[in-house]
Amino acid sequence: MSAVSVDLSSLSVSRIREGLRKREFSAGELAASAFARIDAVEERVHAFNSVSRELADDAARRVDVLVARGGELPPLAGVPVAFKDNMNLIGTRTTCSSRILENYESVYDCTAVRRMIDAGAIPVGKCNMDEFAFGSSTENSAFGVTHNPWDLTRVPGGSSGGSAACVAAGEAVLSLGSDTGGSIRQPGALTGTVAMKPTYGRVSRYGIVAFASSLDQIGPFSKTVEECAQVMNVICGKDPMDATSVERPAQDFTEDLHYGVKRLRIGIVRDRLDLEGCDPAVRARVRQTADALATMGAEVGDVDLPSCQYGLPAYYIIGPAEASSNLARFDGIRYGHRGADPTDVMDLYMRSRAEGFGPESIRRIMLGTYALSAGYYDAYYGQAQKVRTLIIRDFDRAFADFDVLLTPTSPTTAFTIGEKASDPVSMYLSDVYTIPVNLAGIPAVSVPCGTIDGLPVGLQIMGKHFDEATILRVAHSVEVSTGMDAVPPLVADLGEARGTVVV
Amino acid sequence: MSISEEQVRHVAKLARLGLSDEQVATLGVELNGILEQVDALQALDLEGIEPTAHAVAVTNVMRPDVIREGLSQEDALKNAPDQQDGAFLIPKFGG
Repeated sequence: MSAVSVDLSSLSVSRIREGLRKREFSAGELAASAFARIDAVEERVHAFNSVSRELADDAARRVDVLVARGGELPPLAGVPVAFKDNMNLIGTRTTCSSRILENYESVYDCTAVRRMIDAGAIPVGKCNMDEFAFGSSTENSAFGVTHNPWDLTRVPGGSSGGSAACVAAGEAVLSLGSDTGGSIRQPGALTGTVAMKPTYGRVSRYGIVAFASSLDQIGPFSKTVEECAQVMNVICGKDPMDATSVERPAQDFTEDLHYGVKRLRIGIVRDRLDLEGCDPAVRARVRQTADALATMGAEVGDVDLPSCQYGLPAYYIIGPAEASSNLARFDGIRYGHRGADPTDVMDLYMRSRAEGFGPESIRRIMLGTYALSAGYYDAYYGQAQKVRTLIIRDFDRAFADFDVLLTPTSPTTAFTIGEKASDPVSMYLSDVYTIPVNLAGIPAVSVPCGTIDGLPVGLQIMGKHFDEATILRVAHSVEVSTGMDAVPPLVADLGEARGTVVV
Repeated sequence: MSISEEQVRHVAKLARLGLSDEQVATLGVELNGILEQVDALQALDLEGIEPTAHAVAVTNVMRPDVIREGLSQEDALKNAPDQQDGAFLIPKFGG
């Protein structure tokens, strides 16, 4: 092995591809650098449930063979990537950060994961998360909390907190998460990363452990908007294994990034921005960013989405209802934890599930089962699905006048570990801005728009169904105009040591 | 609407969760806190509004009816808590 060591936190997908082509470094060295970074910071961050050194070495070797052969390299050649631990990948465990799946070995590959690896990416590990994606802080993991690289006493958001933290800490260049009510975008905002939930149906859900099937969607974390678009190019598309995935013409999401925002109609969602629970400093940041976009030629106006006030209650029926149904499969018979010495079959189910699931999973299963139980279905689930229709109508009306809509991604910056852990209702409020997007099935991206007291703020840019290209274009303009050049202190500290390292 | 301790026990049984008395008591309080937030939905007049099950509707998704390789028996059993002769094994109950 050569002595060359690479600092991943400073390398982009395009730079990696160029460096491989010019033989500045090998894919093997990129993999080794990722694990060196993981070894250096993981004890403090805990972004991973497991690392996959063998899979990474295999993938790196395949890329180095391609490099040696010459010719075109695949789009993610040599890029160290990480996956949320609810995505199956043969050769890894898929635990969902739950005791019930603690020893579960993947027996097939998640389509989006497969596509990343087939595109030359190097899988370095599986990321910590809130158990079964139930949470907004990654504190609901059975395997310990993940720390925010910007301030280790704070949460990275959730549920894809590990996926967000590993990119912010430079342990991986890219990662995938899943987003049911904000689980990609909210941790993206709290860790200063670019984080996208694509349109429902854009990306196959095959191979993720289902939470709420009508809301779940896989999407990327990256440090830049261009890299987000590059991952979208790889993971989007119809998959015969997911009947809800949608056939669309092939598209290069990087194509329009540099077009700017001239004459684009951008709506600030006024009634949402004015929500009581929103930190005034976050609100001001969003207004400032919109002003900057107006300076760049966008036509910025205000719009209201009145039905979105019912998004949170509707979500806390629909999400748990679908989850209680999806999690019925964990019964201790075919896989997962089985309770010891059961007296009968019923007792086997009751013990296995009560022992295997953590408190938040039990809470959601109970809520969903109650909402779907005889006599309550119409009052809860039926009513919530009608509210969903109202929210979709609100968005349709707003998109008649505007190309994209803006809100904060999260009402606050990263909160401290333990701050909201004991109060489910206040934790649920973290997702007040992201939830309506899942209910309407539209795409949205969170892009960093500055910091408050050293903590990143995320701007949420929402678009029409299948119009990811336009929201990415706006995100790119935000990145250029007001975007952050700051890096987490953790990365900056390591950067001092970086001086001795040769790239 | 609020949920009684008896209802919590009933729902726990429907959900196949063997909860302790302490868990039942805690969940009663927590679920009522959440349901209080959800009650805003009950007050809405949604007469005549169609429910939405999926935001991006796709209908009649078909694929060619071709036989393909599925999960092998070995893989299907790989994570079984207990197995015997190619089958999932559970403890023997009753007579």
